[in-house]
Amino acid sequence: MNDVSAPLAVLTAANYKSGTKPVWCPGCGDFTVLGAITKALASLQLPPHEVAVVSGIGCSSRIPAYTTCYGFHGVHGRALAAGTGLKVARPDLTVLVTGGDGDGYSIGGNHFMHACRRNVDLTYIVMDNHVYGMTKGQASPTTEPDWDNKLSPGGTGIRSFHPLVIALAAGASFVARAFSGDPNSTAEIIAKGIRHPGFAFIEILSPCVTFRPEQRDWKNHVHAAAVDTTDDAARAARRIMTDDGFNIGVLYAGQRKAYAAPRSPAIRTVGELAAEFEL
Amino acid sequence: MKASLPRTLVDFMAQALAMEREAVARYTEFADTMEVHNNQEVAALFRTMAHYESKHVEQILAQMGWASDPPPPEDGFGWPDLEGPETVPIDEVHYLMQPWHALQLALAAEQRAEAFFGRLAQMATSEPVRLAALEMQDEEREHVELVRAWLKKVPEPDKDWANDPDPPHYTD
Repeated sequence: MNDVSAPLAVLTAANYKSGTKPVWCPGCGDFTVLGAITKALASLQLPPHEVAVVSGIGCSSRIPAYTTCYGFHGVHGRALAAGTGLKVARPDLTVLVTGGDGDGYSIGGNHFMHACRRNVDLTYIVMDNHVYGMTKGQASPTTEPDWDNKLSPGGTGIRSFHPLVIALAAGASFVARAFSGDPNSTAEIIAKGIRHPGFAFIEILSPCVTFRPEQRDWKNHVHAAAVDTTDDAARAARRIMTDDGFNIGVLYAGQRKAYAAPRSPAIRTVGELAAEFEL
Repeated sequence: MKASLPRTLVDFMAQALAMEREAVARYTEFADTMEVHNNQEVAALFRTMAHYESKHVEQILAQMGWASDPPPPEDGFGWPDLEGPETVPIDEVHYLMQPWHALQLALAAEQRAEAFFGRLAQMATSEPVRLAALEMQDEEREHVELVRAWLKKVPEPDKDWANDPDPPHYTD
């Protein structure tokens, strides 16, 4: 019998977008991040049912509903905990964890550090707009200390959190910065992060046009990193600590082996499992 | 990013197709967003723009006899800016914008596209590419005039068009 294979359907970015319309403010950078994620998944031809998008709480954390992938819109700051658990239990899935700077660096700050340290093979995408948008504009960990608004008159005076350096120091094996206004290069960076074996951290500058309208000017400041990706964490740290915050690209891709969960023993009977819990 | 120079007619048409696709996607996104924010008039206008751009997509596919889009070049299309010339940047819309604003954005996009094809025609190293670029430039020029004519039928907004009596900002 002849082997007559039907041609495989090619997945396009549209195949990854659900029918749910985003409720983000018109002009929000998160629209193009969603577009970049769908483009990246299409470029890798990953079937939507083999991808899980996990998030916490905040404007950007709405993303799972806007994709056709499996989604989990979880608890504030706990997206990485849920995503890590999922990846360890189902290593066959491609796991994307998404969220904002408040969710990831404040409420979920400790999870962020330990996720970097564990180096589980997942991709963490943070849409950083330096503000809590959903709750109407409070300063976040990445807000500039002198950002003056009604909720923090004169600014918080508190030094900004530096997520890329923290990620490097904590052990992330892939660190990149992208800009939402450049969805094509952002899609390439996300695809590289997904392909990287280990914890890939991608910080995306994503303007909040409602509470930080001045961030529209970011497009005039971003520039491609002038140097190639390094696998030397110390060199990457020096570069990131001294750059202007608008350096775009994969800034570090290390070689550290991704965490692999020990193989589970064969499925046991209910009786055997119950015996383990007997006092 | 520097504009890449398509060497063959197929490369050129693939680039033109990608440009139109991006524009359709962005206008559709804007239309959806404006619907969500109950700005129905502007939503309808963006929907119409998406429809016109999708006609160009169909036109290119038919002209080239393509059933689907050719794969993009490995190093991308090399747009002169962050996105395709006909794509309105995501941050240029506002929830209270009016049709006049939307048409201004469309006008700027058509003008960018006209200039883009004009540059390609000047730089083309193959005659078929040069002729096709000139043809596209002429089409975009027509679109510029159409949008200008449309703009004349639309009232200019008041200076305080963005004033919201119930703003999203915290105001004590």
